[in-house]
Amino acid sequence: MNIYVCIKQVPDTEAVLNIKEGKFINEENIKWIISPYDEIVLEFALQLKEKNSDFKVTLITVGPPRAESTIRSGLAMGAENAIHIEASDYLDHKTIAKALAQALKNEGDFGVIFTGKQAIDDDASLTHIYLAQSLEIPVVTNVIGFQMEAEKVIVEREIDQGAREKIEMSIPCVIAATKGINDVNEPRYATLMGIMKAKKIPIKKISIQDLGIEGATPTVTTEKLEAPPEKPSGRIIEGEVTESIKELVRLLKDEAKVL
Amino acid sequence: MSNVGVYIELRGDEFKKANREALGLARSSGKDVYAIIFARDISAYENEFKGIPKVIQIKNENLTYQPDVYAATIANIMKEHQLNDLLGVASAQGKDLFPRIAANTDGSIINDCIAVDFDNHTVKKPVYAGKLISTFKLSGEFRIITIRPNVFPVKEKGSDNQPEVIETGIVKVEEKLKIIDVIKSETKKVDLTEAEIIISGGRGMKAKENFKILQEVAEVLNAGVGASRAAVDSDYATPDMQVGQTGKVVNPKLYIACGISGAIQHFVGMKTSKVIVAINKDPEAPIFKKANYGIVADLFKAVPLLKEELQKIL
Ligand SMILES: Cc1cc2nc3c(=O)[nH]c(=O)nc-3n(C[C@H](O)[C@H](O)[C@H](O)COP(=O)(O)OP(=O)(O)OC[C@H]3O[C@@H](n4cnc5c(N)ncnc54)[C@H](O)[C@@H]3O)c2cc1C
Ligand SMILES: Nc1ncnc2c1ncn2[C@@H]1O[C@H](COP(=O)(O)O)[C@@H](O)[C@H]1O
Repeated sequence: MNIYVCIKQVPDTEAVLNIKEGKFINEENIKWIISPYDEIVLEFALQLKEKNSDFKVTLITVGPPRAESTIRSGLAMGAENAIHIEASDYLDHKTIAKALAQALKNEGDFGVIFTGKQAIDDDASLTHIYLAQSLEIPVVTNVIGFQMEAEKVIVEREIDQGAREKIEMSIPCVIAATKGINDVNEPRYATLMGIMKAKKIPIKKISIQDLGIEGATPTVTTEKLEAPPEKPSGRIIEGEVTESIKELVRLLKDEAKVL
Repeated sequence: MSNVGVYIELRGDEFKKANREALGLARSSGKDVYAIIFARDISAYENEFKGIPKVIQIKNENLTYQPDVYAATIANIMKEHQLNDLLGVASAQGKDLFPRIAANTDGSIINDCIAVDFDNHTVKKPVYAGKLISTFKLSGEFRIITIRPNVFPVKEKGSDNQPEVIETGIVKVEEKLKIIDVIKSETKKVDLTEAEIIISGGRGMKAKENFKILQEVAEVLNAGVGASRAAVDSDYATPDMQVGQTGKVVNPKLYIACGISGAIQHFVGMKTSKVIVAINKDPEAPIFKKANYGIVADLFKAVPLLKEELQKIL
């Protein structure tokens, strides 16, 4: 089966972000990484492949030329193939999803398509739904458990209060995974050999124009990007712990009024 | 004429508190508000709907959530009643359902909003894990918005006017997936993303059993119990308890961090908490720079004391 993992390149979680022209981030000096949920689900896909020798794991990404470094990291972890749909940045989610869908259709034979539950740049939680819509296949969000049987998959999706919905659907399908899917919490480190091998894997490059994605005007546009208001820096409540806890409770009740 | 719809999310029969926030926000628009609810009987929610002009009640045999059916039904209702703005909660269900509604109506959507301007069709939401705030403009006929819990004020009890109830049925579409079971968690947990108070433990908790002391405080406060990733990775806590970049983003009015150093990936998951308290034995721990109140102490001393003090006043 052909497994696809959709990965998005995002700024490193520790990156300090500066705003450019009021609505973009300044990309200078930013380190780019695979969005963490995508990295976890890639790890999971690779584990599936290790158990099923006829599975093939292909990475697919929509992004500017710099996204290639992220694809290489994914290949170094052990994916076998990669598709890079080259586009300018700042595409809306529907367009990204349409591009992914069209490229997958062109590939022809796809089975399970994995995505993260959200990309950690704009935390949209949208692309997987639009992708499934374009492909007219089922999609489940927030997936924490996954099992495959003949022509179908059974997944568990995390809902409120630690409860789970158990869901059955046919293949092909889109699975938007959260951290901890089948207890996978950590991506593997790429080995030196993996990195060397990844350098030699050809990445299939497609320009978004070639996919014939019409240039519909996006329905959502960014008007402004700003820093959130600063929190006043905190106060240490001094004193012996019995006293300081008493004082804390008083402050929470009378000053902060949160009790 | 343009109206605002509010999707009411039930947990079993329970009316989620965040619905009141969505209803409150909808009312602030000055437009006619339509609450949309899937339920056989809504008499238990009479008080919640006071002062809301219209309630659309969808009677359905199957009481479990059906993503495609719900999305198609709501999309239909939006068109029929000119609900050009639709509000809901950015919960697990909201984030599953609302994008599907957007896909169905060809509407514009933003999840997890912290401000909504109904006249200019703009919303604000935290991006880059809350490091920045983005203002988005939603265009097109239908604007679909999920709101972050605990941000908007709850609907005040309005007039005693009872709403007009419009009964309808589901739109029958082929459901591409089948929910075959709902597995409850063994212990009834307060949902972190909606909790008003959270007490979290980190690596400083030292062992799984020690989370019991947090649980005890949580019981006094009716709070949720969270954890840092280090605590989850060390198996002191379960993954659904993780707060942060790759865990849950929470937004309580009070967040108490115990034995957590305050790494950026943890901080971004809880930074919008109204009040942050840190209990840590290391006075240099970065968490103290971010907390409103800090206690430098051994948590194994401080937490039981905290419980005692809280019991006195609650
Ligand atoms: C891509 C990525 C994603 C991540 N996502 C997350 C995430 O979602 N959530 C998250 O939390 N982390 C996340 N992390 C990890 C994060 O960087 C930190 O490693 C983690 O938050 C540290 O957890 P901690 O504060 O519990 O542990 P530590 O940093 O080890 O801190 C333990 C603290 O406990 C204190 N302590 C010890 N004993 C006591 C005692 N008896 N009494 C009082 N205080 C005591 C110590 O002084 C110390 O400050 C992520 C990292 C990466 C790279
Ligand atoms: N540009 C992209 N290229 C490939 N996959 C993407 C892209 N954007 C989003 N995705 C996938 O869709 C998921 C949800 O992203 P988002 O809707 O942006 O929160 C991500 O976790 C990725 O798996």
